[in-house]
Amino acid sequence: MSAEIVLQIVLTVAAGLIGVGLFGALSQQSIVMVMMGLELVLGGVLLAGGAAWYFLAPELPDAQVLVVVALVVMAVEMAMGFAVTIAIYRARQVDMVDMATDLRG
Amino acid sequence: MLTDVSGWAMATVVVLGVLAVAAGVAVFVVDSMARATFALLGSFLAVAGVLVAFDLVYLAVVTALMMTIEMAIMAVFMIAFMMNPAGLMPMTMVHNTKGSAVVGAGAFVVLTAGIWTVDWPARSGQLPADSTRQLGEAIMGSHMLVMLGIGIALFATILAGTVLATARGRYDRFGADLTAARPDDPVPGGLPR
Repeated sequence: MSAEIVLQIVLTVAAGLIGVGLFGALSQQSIVMVMMGLELVLGGVLLAGGAAWYFLAPELPDAQVLVVVALVVMAVEMAMGFAVTIAIYRARQVDMVDMATDLRG
Repeated sequence: MLTDVSGWAMATVVVLGVLAVAAGVAVFVVDSMARATFALLGSFLAVAGVLVAFDLVYLAVVTALMMTIEMAIMAVFMIAFMMNPAGLMPMTMVHNTKGSAVVGAGAFVVLTAGIWTVDWPARSGQLPADSTRQLGEAIMGSHMLVMLGIGIALFATILAGTVLATARGRYDRFGADLTAARPDDPVPGGLPR
């Protein structure tokens, strides 16, 4: 099987993770479950970045650096998400996104 | 190399890929919050397995270790903040399911259409002898600005996370300039500063 087909299969898997994550992030009411959806989207980015490095330009480190950035975004999203969850629950006993619509346009 | 041994290595990547997506779907299907968390962990471990097959051992190990710890912490939060942590009674906590499904499926269809219609370029260059060394030299050399940005972002996250998670800090108790003689506590008492 040619390398291009393998690349396309892996990228399709990454697209699947992004689609599922997007569905979760938009449909879940719990703040923590929304964060899990976002993590899945970033998991798809990790996979796509690794595949791009291996199949397209392994002599350049750029795709690897992109994967590192995606990992950092995951860590930051998680830490800030938990902090916001604690803060808003402590202030107003809010644990669902539907109860925090103050900024709704 | 993956492209050379297109047999079992290819099968491994496909199986791990299917596992990653299936575990990702399971996150939003299972009732128990603990099970959802560990399904997400399974998805990330499968992604890490695919990265190993791509010769990105360091990034795979970082992903696996980071996600294992992160999901252990997340399980605690899930059980603390969800109404039905054990999944003993079936319940759904969703809104706008149909619209979300359309957006998720739409994103998948658009991405997949692009993936299978783009004329992908052939691989340029050879695999480095050590991918970890390549990454290390990049973030300490040509891509150092990325590392500097990451460092500042993580430091800002530490500060912001602490500030948000602190219930009552010393500024709440002693005023903005920390000059109050006695702390402003809900229950009076305590030692003066």
